[in-house]
Amino acid sequence: MNVLNKTLEIRTSPHLKSAVSTDQIMMHVVIALVPTTLFAIYAFGLAALLILSVTTFTAILTEHIYCRLNNKETTITDWSAAITGLLLGLTLPPALPLWMAALGSVASIALVKLLFGGLGYNIFNPALGGRAILQAAFPVAITTWHPAFLADRFSSIPSSSFAWPFTTGTYDAVAGATPLGNMKFNQVSTDVTDMAMGLTSGSVGETSAVLILLGGAYLVARNMMNWKIPVVIFITVAILSGIVNFFNPNTPTPMFMLLSGGMMLGAVFMATDMVSSPVTDRGIIAYSVIIGIMVTVIRLWGGLPEGMMYAVLMGNAVSPLLNRSLKSRVYGTGKKGGAK
Amino acid sequence: MFNFLSHGNKTFDRGVHPGDFKEQTRTLPIERMPLVDEYILPLSQHLGGPSKAVVSVGEKVIRGQLIAEPAGFVSAALHASVTGTVIAIEPRPHPSGRFVESIVIKRDPYSAQRLFDEHATDWKKMEPAELLRAIQQGGFVGLGGAAFPTHVKLSVPPGKKVDFFMINAAECEPYLTSDHRVMLEQPEAIFLGIRICMKILGAKRAYLGAEINKLDALAQLQSQIPADLPCEIVPLETKYPQGAEKMLTEAVLKREIPSGKLPIDIQVVVNNVGTVAAIGDLFRYNQPVIERVVTMTGPGIQNPRNLLIPIGTKLTEVIEFCGGMKEDVRQILFGGPMMGNAVRSTDVPITKGTSGVVFFTEDEMVSTKEYPCIRCMRCVDACPVYLNPTQLGALARAGHYDDMMDLNIMDCMECGSCSYACPSNIPLVQSFRVGKALLREKMARERAEG
Repeated sequence: MNVLNKTLEIRTSPHLKSAVSTDQIMMHVVIALVPTTLFAIYAFGLAALLILSVTTFTAILTEHIYCRLNNKETTITDWSAAITGLLLGLTLPPALPLWMAALGSVASIALVKLLFGGLGYNIFNPALGGRAILQAAFPVAITTWHPAFLADRFSSIPSSSFAWPFTTGTYDAVAGATPLGNMKFNQVSTDVTDMAMGLTSGSVGETSAVLILLGGAYLVARNMMNWKIPVVIFITVAILSGIVNFFNPNTPTPMFMLLSGGMMLGAVFMATDMVSSPVTDRGIIAYSVIIGIMVTVIRLWGGLPEGMMYAVLMGNAVSPLLNRSLKSRVYGTGKKGGAK
Repeated sequence: MFNFLSHGNKTFDRGVHPGDFKEQTRTLPIERMPLVDEYILPLSQHLGGPSKAVVSVGEKVIRGQLIAEPAGFVSAALHASVTGTVIAIEPRPHPSGRFVESIVIKRDPYSAQRLFDEHATDWKKMEPAELLRAIQQGGFVGLGGAAFPTHVKLSVPPGKKVDFFMINAAECEPYLTSDHRVMLEQPEAIFLGIRICMKILGAKRAYLGAEINKLDALAQLQSQIPADLPCEIVPLETKYPQGAEKMLTEAVLKREIPSGKLPIDIQVVVNNVGTVAAIGDLFRYNQPVIERVVTMTGPGIQNPRNLLIPIGTKLTEVIEFCGGMKEDVRQILFGGPMMGNAVRSTDVPITKGTSGVVFFTEDEMVSTKEYPCIRCMRCVDACPVYLNPTQLGALARAGHYDDMMDLNIMDCMECGSCSYACPSNIPLVQSFRVGKALLREKMARERAEG
C-alpha cells in the first residue's frame, strides 16, 4: 500500500492555465494609458494632474467603500476601478471644478458599474456613463474648455478647479475652443498635424492621437485589445465623412474627423472595453459600424460638436442584442458543415 | 526529403497554445517495465459495456490468454498480461476514481512468460471481416486515451463508405511522448497496421497527421513509407486540441464533420497511431493488447521515462521503477494535463487507455482565484468548435440548461480550451460537463417516457 505524506489534489481538467489573468489585463490597460496621461499633464499642467488624481482616487475609494459596506473582499486590486477613474478624468475638460469630477467618478463606479453588479456586469462603459451624467448635470461646465500649453500651467491652477461644491466657479482664462467647436460653430478647421500631436485644446487626455494609438498598439500586441473595434470605427467614419465631404467641402475631412475630439480615445480605450462590447466576431463588426455611423451623424448633423460619448454608449446599449442576433456559426453546421 | 514540410503546417481554426512540455521524455527510448507480483485488470477499461470474465478465482492463466470476453458489440476482450493465477475478481480502485470489478492475477514467478514472436499470421490471405474479428478478439481499444473499441470504429456500417484512413499522431496533449516514441521506434508496425486497417475499410488513401514538434519522427516515417502504400505524412501546427477527430479532419482534409455526426459521415475513419502500431504487432506476433507505451513524466517524478508497461501494473510500482516521486507532488494525472483526470491514490492500475501519467508539484498547481467574466472573448477565440463559452458559462451558472441546448452545448467536445484561456479562472468546461450530463439524462428520460 502506498501512503502519501500529503493528500493528492483532485480537480477536473484542464490542469493547465494560460499565464494571463484578469487583474493583469486590467493592469496593462493602465500601463497603456500612461503615455496619454503624462502628455495630458504636460499639456494642461497642474489642472490635469489634479483632475486625474481626483477621479482615479475617488473611483478607487468608492469601490472600496462599497465592498466594505457589503462585507465583501475589496475588489480594487483588480485595477478596474483605477481604469474607470483614470479614463473618466481623461475625458473631462481640464478646468472642470474638481467637485464635479469627483461626483462623476462616484457616479461612474456606483451607478454605472456597481449597481449593475460590478465588474463584468455593467451594460455601459462606466467612465462614459459617468461622463454622460456630468454632461446632463453640468452642460456648461463640461463644455467650457481651457487652453493647452499655458505658460503658467505648472505654477497656477485655474480658479474654477477649486470652485466650492454646488457652484460653478469663475473661469479665469479665456476659454479655448476645441477643433470640433471651431468647426461646428465657426467653420474653422484646425491643422491636422497639430491634432495628431496633441497641440490643440480639448479634454484632458483626448488631444494626442499619436500617444493614444501607441497605447492601443501596446495592448493589441499583448492580445489584450480587439483591434477590429477601433479599425472598423475609423474606416466607417472615414468612408461616411469622406462621402459627405465630397459633396459638401465645408464639412470636415475624414482626417479631421479621425483626429479631432474624443474619436481616438473613445475608439481605442472606450469602445474596446471588453465588458460592454459584444463577444461574437460578427457582433463586434456591427457594433463598431454602429458607433462609427452614430458619431459621424451626431458630429455632422447633430446639435453637439462632439458625439463620441453618445455613440459608444449607444453601441454598448445594443451589445446584448448583437450577441443574441449575430451568433457565430458552430463547427459542423451551416454551409461548411453541410451534411449530405 | 524535407520538401513535404515546405507547404507550411496545416491546422484548424482557433484552439490554444499551452506549450508542449515534452522535453523531459521526447528523446528517451521506450524501456520495458519489469514484471511485478500482481496485476489488476479492470473489466471496464474502454467505452461501452464492461467485459465478462471467463476465468474464475484459482484458475491458472497464461500470458495473452483471454480472461474476459466482450459483452456486446461496443465492448472489448481482455487478456492476461502475465502467466499466473487469478487470485480475486472483485472491485478495485480504478483511475476514474471509482471501484471497478477487476480480475487480479498473481504472477507465477517460475514461469518463463510466453513470448509472441513466432506466430506471424498471413494477413494477406484473410478477408476484411476476418481481420476485423481478429482485432476484436485482440482486445483492441483506442490507445490514444479515449479507449473506444477499435473494431467498432473499423466497422463500416451498411450504406457508408470510407475513402480516407486517418492516423492520429497529433499527440497534442502537453507532456506526453508515447506516440512520438512509437513513431520513431516502430515504423514497420505502423505501416503494417495502416495496410491492415485500409484493407478492412476499403480506404483509398491514408494520412498520418502529427504535430510538427515531432519533426524527427515525421521525417523518418516520410523516408520509410513503402512505395506501394498510398500514405501521406502531414505535418500539423503544434496547437491544442489538434488531435481531436474534428480538428484533425479539418486540418488535413479541410472538411468539417457535421454537427452530431461521425468522421465516417465524411468518408473518414480516424485511429490513433499507437493503436495502429499495436494492430501491426497483432499480425506480426499474434500479440493481443496486453501492454502499452506510457509516458511517465512531469516535474513531480524523479526519473521521467517512456515505458512499455503490462496492462494492470499498479501505478505504485511504476513510480518506484521511475525512482519515486518528488516530495512536493500535489497532483497525479492519468492522461495529459488538458483532458486527463487526477487520481486519488497510486493504488490504481495502468489501463489500456493510459497514454501517460503526469506528476505535478505545488509549482504546477493552477490558480483558482476566480474573477468575474469580463467578456474578453479569449474563450470564444479558443473554442475549436466555435461555441460561445462565455454565454454558455453564464447560462450554466444560472442553471438554464435548456437554453444551453439552443447554443449547441452538445457540440462541446470538453477539450477544456475555454477554461485554459479564461483569465478569470472561471470553470467553464467543468460546468459544461455538468450541463451536458444533465441534458443527456433528461433526454434519456423523455425518450423512456415515450
